[in-house]
Amino acid sequence: MSERTLYDKVWERHRVTELPNGQDQLFVGLHLVHEVTSPQAFAMLEERGHDVAFPDRTFATTDHIVPTEADGRERPLVDDEAETMLSALERNTAENGITFFGLDSDRQGITHVVAPELGLSRPGMTVACGDSHTATHGAFGSIGVGVGTSQIRDVLATGCIAADKQRVRRVEVEGELGAGVGAKDVVLKIIGELGVDGGVGHVYEYGGPVIEALGMEGRLAVCNMSIEGGARAGYVNPDETTYEYLRGREYAPEGEAFEERKVYWESLRSDDDAVYDDVVTVDVDGMDPLVTWGVDPGQVIEISEPVPAPDAFTDRTDREAAERAYDHMGVEPGESMLGYDVDVAFLGTCTNGRVSDFAAAARVLEGRTVADDVRALAVPGSETVRAECERRGLDETFIEAGFEWRRAGCSMCLAMNDDALEGEEVCASSSNRNFVGRQGSKDGRTVLMSPGMVAAAAVAGEVADVRKYLDDDRPAGGGVEGVAD
Amino acid sequence: MSDDHHITEVAGTGVPIPGDDVDTDRILPARFMKEVTFDNMADYLFYDARRNDDGELGDHPLDRFDGANVAVANANFGCGSSREHAPQAMMRWGIDGIVGESYAEIFRDNCRSLGIPAATADHETVVALQEWIEANPDGEVEIDVAAETVTYGDTTVDVAIDDAMQEALVDGIWDTTTLMYANMSKVERTAADLPYVGSDG
Repeated sequence: MSERTLYDKVWERHRVTELPNGQDQLFVGLHLVHEVTSPQAFAMLEERGHDVAFPDRTFATTDHIVPTEADGRERPLVDDEAETMLSALERNTAENGITFFGLDSDRQGITHVVAPELGLSRPGMTVACGDSHTATHGAFGSIGVGVGTSQIRDVLATGCIAADKQRVRRVEVEGELGAGVGAKDVVLKIIGELGVDGGVGHVYEYGGPVIEALGMEGRLAVCNMSIEGGARAGYVNPDETTYEYLRGREYAPEGEAFEERKVYWESLRSDDDAVYDDVVTVDVDGMDPLVTWGVDPGQVIEISEPVPAPDAFTDRTDREAAERAYDHMGVEPGESMLGYDVDVAFLGTCTNGRVSDFAAAARVLEGRTVADDVRALAVPGSETVRAECERRGLDETFIEAGFEWRRAGCSMCLAMNDDALEGEEVCASSSNRNFVGRQGSKDGRTVLMSPGMVAAAAVAGEVADVRKYLDDDRPAGGGVEGVAD
Repeated sequence: MSDDHHITEVAGTGVPIPGDDVDTDRILPARFMKEVTFDNMADYLFYDARRNDDGELGDHPLDRFDGANVAVANANFGCGSSREHAPQAMMRWGIDGIVGESYAEIFRDNCRSLGIPAATADHETVVALQEWIEANPDGEVEIDVAAETVTYGDTTVDVAIDDAMQEALVDGIWDTTTLMYANMSKVERTAADLPYVGSDG
């Protein structure tokens, strides 16, 4: 059959039946579990006397609440609440026969970093997790959706979610990226153009020459932030980049089986004449690195642009949002974000916590030091990432520059551990959300940017242009083809 | 909640929660999710937004309209994190239904899971209702789930409730675990047909 998108094909293969309320019952091929959103779901399961339907398709790790300081990971954890959550997950996974990458595992890390690097996320799967950044796994040509705790209960008990099929919007990214500009800038640009609720009701299919040229880690960063654009899922059609990334990974098929599977994966790609509900083109040619200036990820500008004036917004809601943002961030319309004072530099997260991200930042930090008044944290997305960075000696670059080199976890992205902003501190952050209060202080301020830009801000002590710190023309945005991944 | 719980209407006093893009970090700050039950979540609802620098409650709508049952929100309400803790906190605080301009999808799904009708209406309708609640804090607001209307004072306006949510609430079959568990033999067949299930893990 032709004219079908990858989304159509994957949906069809996983659709079990139609439910009485008109929704589809959709099989979930990979269920990822972490400590924060699952304990209530396991409790509900036990109350009803259900077993976990597909323990072999369920994998757990701990990421949100874990301390990232090396000496803070002894059990029991100092934080009683964190210890209780971690213990609950240990018990729930052990009792239900679920593989768990705990603090004692060298595979522990953020769910959305761990599953891709272990080869658990593969083309044509449906992936669910009690975390809105599950869209990340779409980078392989799978459909990843974030779910709430009651839906986690559904997946545990039945291996399924009740879901409405969405419209598919093709996001065609055209142009050529300059030095110092990468995947994070691309996705910030997409969100800036299409809006933070532009994707509601849609799945985004990212394509075009810029997406095709990205390595897997770049594609993961782009798909990761689909939810920041309102799209619950986003994906990239699988291609040779995808297959080469997967080859040899721990959970990927091996040898002959891999080659056979590749043929299947290839058949899942959107047809050349696939029918989309909507096609938009985003031109990133010659774009500068991007930074947010406000309190949602759509309030974003190229670093050369001024903070927009209220009358730049034709939409009433955008104008009102801008007024709130000026106030919280302490910025004025017309100002440049260059020179905006930074107190904290934070590298890591499920968006930008992979090896290529640290490599991009390390290139900026090589031979430089973090500004005196800046607290700088480098938090690998997983212990696997940490080990690989250390094998390459990147940890030394960070430590010599004045960064703290930490263990894996979500850390200051949402500050459920000790890594938090204080008071009105400003954070140059490679994370995904600049919401008020997100990084642990209600008055804290977050400026989202690429890993290279975070490194540049750490050195300058203020928002800076990463391109001033590049000695050659290698990209610093992370995940670009040929860079480190 | 029982498995067999029809929700055809919810009613009570209202509380306006003004502003677009109210995210779930604001509704329920992450630091309060470090509990293994939802039992205490009502205590943390809009925790930071409701307090001044000394930690004292101020004039946030939730404090001015204490005891309300119907929240009235603007566009893209509940965006961001998937945390069910947010609608759980609203429900446990006393909210039985929401009228808003639009919702983030995961938030809306979570409301459906909890049996909280989330109705939508256009900007003017929502603002008029928010203003009426400000002027009539003791007035009753009723969401009729089956008829897709909201009534307040002498006014009845049409609202929209997505089909799946309406059907589930009115028919009392919004417990999707029970619904889907009935189809386990079909689930096994769907899974067995997938090349990646059961072969290499």
